[in-house]
Amino acid sequence: MNKGKAEEDDYWHSSKYSAFTFDDDDYDFTKLKESQRAVNSIRGLVEDDCEDDEDVEKVSWSGEPVGSILWGVKETASSLRTSGDTQNHGFPKIQHNPPLPRQSSGYSLSSLFKGKNKTSSFSSLLDSLPDTSMRVYAPELRKPRSEYKDYDSDWNSEETIRRMRQGKAYSLENFHSLQEKLLLLDEAVSSHNSNVITAVLIFLKRTLSKAILFRELAEREVALRHFIHLLKETGEQRILVELLKKLGRMEDMALLQYKEHISIKDENQRKDFLKTCLSLPFSPDDSTHVQDHYMLLERQIIIEANDKRTDTEIFKKHPRKASILNMPIITTLYYSCFYHYGESEGTFSSPANIRKTFRISEKQYFLTALGARAKLKQWSDVDRLCNTTNWLGYTKKKSPIGFQRVVEILHKNGAPLQVLQDYMSLVDNTEVRVSLAQKFKCHDIVINTYKELKDRQQLIVYQSKLERGSPEYQVIDELIHSLNIRWKN
Amino acid sequence: MAAHLCYGRVNLNILREAARKDLREFLDKCAGSKAIVWDEYLTGPFGLIAQYSLLKEHEVEKMFTLKAGRLPPADVKNIIFFVRPRLELMDIIAENVMSEDKMQSPREFNILFVPRRSMLCEQRLKEQGVLGSFTNIDEYILDLIPYDGDLLSMECESAFRECYLENDQTSLYHTAKGLMTIQALYGTIPQIFGKGECARHVANMMLRMKREFAGSQTQILPVFDTLLLLDRNVDLLTPLATQLTYEGLIDEIYGITNGYVKLPPEKFAQKKQGEGGKDLPTEPKKLQLNSAEELYAEIRDKNFNAVGAALSKKAKIISAAFEERHNAKTVGEIKQFVSQLPHMQAARSSLANHTSIAELIKDITSNVLPTRLLPPLASETFFDNLTVEQEFMTGVDTDKVNTYIEDCIAQKDPLIKILRLVCMQSVCNNGLKQKVLDYYKREILQTYGYEYILTLNNLEKTGLLKPQTTTRNNYPTIRKTLKLWMEDANEQNPNDISYVYSGYAPLSVRLTQVLARPGWRSIEEVLKMLPGPHFEERQPLPTGLHKKRQQGENRTTLVFFLGGVTYAEIAALRFLSQMEEGGTEYIIATTKLINGTSWIKSLMDKPEVNI
Repeated sequence: MNKGKAEEDDYWHSSKYSAFTFDDDDYDFTKLKESQRAVNSIRGLVEDDCEDDEDVEKVSWSGEPVGSILWGVKETASSLRTSGDTQNHGFPKIQHNPPLPRQSSGYSLSSLFKGKNKTSSFSSLLDSLPDTSMRVYAPELRKPRSEYKDYDSDWNSEETIRRMRQGKAYSLENFHSLQEKLLLLDEAVSSHNSNVITAVLIFLKRTLSKAILFRELAEREVALRHFIHLLKETGEQRILVELLKKLGRMEDMALLQYKEHISIKDENQRKDFLKTCLSLPFSPDDSTHVQDHYMLLERQIIIEANDKRTDTEIFKKHPRKASILNMPIITTLYYSCFYHYGESEGTFSSPANIRKTFRISEKQYFLTALGARAKLKQWSDVDRLCNTTNWLGYTKKKSPIGFQRVVEILHKNGAPLQVLQDYMSLVDNTEVRVSLAQKFKCHDIVINTYKELKDRQQLIVYQSKLERGSPEYQVIDELIHSLNIRWKN
Repeated sequence: MAAHLCYGRVNLNILREAARKDLREFLDKCAGSKAIVWDEYLTGPFGLIAQYSLLKEHEVEKMFTLKAGRLPPADVKNIIFFVRPRLELMDIIAENVMSEDKMQSPREFNILFVPRRSMLCEQRLKEQGVLGSFTNIDEYILDLIPYDGDLLSMECESAFRECYLENDQTSLYHTAKGLMTIQALYGTIPQIFGKGECARHVANMMLRMKREFAGSQTQILPVFDTLLLLDRNVDLLTPLATQLTYEGLIDEIYGITNGYVKLPPEKFAQKKQGEGGKDLPTEPKKLQLNSAEELYAEIRDKNFNAVGAALSKKAKIISAAFEERHNAKTVGEIKQFVSQLPHMQAARSSLANHTSIAELIKDITSNVLPTRLLPPLASETFFDNLTVEQEFMTGVDTDKVNTYIEDCIAQKDPLIKILRLVCMQSVCNNGLKQKVLDYYKREILQTYGYEYILTLNNLEKTGLLKPQTTTRNNYPTIRKTLKLWMEDANEQNPNDISYVYSGYAPLSVRLTQVLARPGWRSIEEVLKMLPGPHFEERQPLPTGLHKKRQQGENRTTLVFFLGGVTYAEIAALRFLSQMEEGGTEYIIATTKLINGTSWIKSLMDKPEVNI
């Protein structure tokens, strides 16, 4: 008896595939586990049983139903790659899908529009639709001249636009005067057909002077929008800038020009380009930002040039992973805190200088510097970062982001327990402090905090979680039996 | 494969069949054997219309992806380019045509533009000197693609950007054309309602197109009673919120494209006997999602918190069905059981897939408190994010800098996430205080790069982000009047559309709901607060085509979202369709299926940057 048969028998006779029960009241996601289990228990039962079944859609691993277009493209591609090779690509053979039940509608979209449908009951349909022959559009290509026999060079604008919409042969060359051309444009606009409007605009752009074209477009909003779109599509940046300037849309023009920097790859060219942007009429806010952008890139180029050649200790120990060019300012500040910490404020690359030049908020500076120094495990720098001296000369620890965040960041960077404890004890909120301490296993902090709160019950609870006989366990033992403390519970 | 299109209230397969017929006609126009060169973007939408087999029947022997350089060899008579009308694609086509080997037997070139021909593109081909090389240049009008039994999409990614940022109304023209096609197939829609500038424009174009052919009327009994045109910018809030339906979450987390989703493969590994040692697949698992799958149709629109229960219920039914085999004693009974196996197997694999997907989502959304603190678990982030969204939507502290957003920026969380939140705060506060706005802008530019000035400007132009101009914030009034926030949303057994966002009822769908009953007149005040005009138009029907409604028969409304719609909004509309005393069934159409992320991305000038 072969294996398959044995399994089959197994399936029919054994109760291996037992049903399972659900607790209906418990609508919870633990249910997912159970439905997964159900799936697994059924799996194998019906494997390969219905390979030839037409009802089940075949799907390749990548999910394309076998026979879909995307699947077809891939199939062609893979057969090209291994042409001559008769190996199976892992796809099943194409199954001819059973023909779909044909719809009763015997007409197509195009026939609706072209009026070629055979079903007479629909003949009135096409009349109800405008642009009857939308589909055959521009002048038919490569058609013998004879087919142009209805060609007449004296059409008015209305007739011409109609022909354009219907895709018949037309000519715009007979529209000579400005008035004729504008009439043509207005007619095109009222057709709402962007393709026709665009064609007329191309013609006007070719045959009118810029000054006149701009002037006329300024009074025709829809045509103007199409023209702007056309210029964007064709990448005629210069004319577009000129047009926006003429229209008084100064901020748009400035932003449009600024946008160009994205496509400049070379950093020096990009920097020079940004410099030319400084004088553009941005809004006051944007103007500051663009200025910052320029200064930042300028500075990054200098830092990059220097640091590429440097082989000081820090660069040897932590080789740079990427260039600093075109990075955001905060990333640049982080880099500076990482590689150039402690440099005097006079240098371009010093954190202090960057902070000042780019008006970095205290919070952002603190966070960035903390991240960089903690990454390098320079705990003493972290210490200094938090120190503030008041007017009496006392130093005090302060954190603009709160000490909870400081502890979390330090922990993430593998700070030793002692360092963590120092900062944890600075967390004001006792609840937060205890939960942090519990999370990072700073027993002293937990114990001291509860002691401070005179919360004997919590101490006992905490003790129960500790290993019996561990030093912490002992400490708590002594505390809860101490007679010197006035417990609140 | 398209059967699920017929089951709905309106048979959308008619539209699909019409599109298929069109495709066949074009293919037959290019006589002889052919190879199709695909603009890759189009394979998705076309997949909803036709299979490879249809193309094969019409002598399509090879299919390639459009690439620069020389075309791959193929011994065919015709090469057909299926492309969108884009200039950069014209340059590639020109290169293909010019590098064609002259020694080989000549192949004829054809172009099929989808969805419209473009003079600009043809001009570009002419400039490149190849326009004369084409035998056929044609267009394939694919305005509205049937997506599901009650859903049509134009799959026009840039529609929102074009309409509300660039003021380009081309996509609106296509919308109007698409609606004319719908009316040609399903009869004149007697009543048109709308809200918003674009809605007004589309309605105007439709009425004008109709007028131009006054006198001749469609002799089809109207299928739709009402058309509702809604501008996306009437409701900027909804897409910004995280969708909480099953389908919505799949889209939020993994992104659904043309009805397909790509998922991390680990949870889908099939452990077959004897293959235990095989490596796990590394390629993403791709799945098709639509109502053709019974289980998916059942759970897609549920709040995710109700999906676990639904899946386990299904599992129970399926295992019970498999248990039936023990009761099958006679040959006849066994035969009966075996005949059902294929369907049971399909149900089983469907259950397996959705259980895996639900697990994947649960890993991200579960709000069970994490045991580890750092790094922050995905679920923690998800929960915090949701909390802030709900605070904004209920109007809590929308006028100050939000510390969660601040922290997210400090952590360099994805920029789009930040923008979604900041925009949401702005929308819920009718603009941000100048000081707050400036603060966010500076933090964003410093952390993510100054070039995002462009993105921030785009967001301001579309109204997603703005400084407060008046001290009066009308969002609370809108929220209260339209009951946008429901305190006790029931996720398991919903009684209101607010279940799709666990409390927030999408504004767009509320407008739709109120329109059906008691009518917009009851909310005139609120309508005035929302941007753009609201209007009603009637299209006269020829005598004899007036529908005589049976008692208790539902009305059918086509809701068209100009600028995109989310899966959660669709779920809410389906919920309304199913309400017993709702009285209206909805068919949904849109320029594009969106979520907050894809939407914001479409407004960024560096869409390729994924940070």
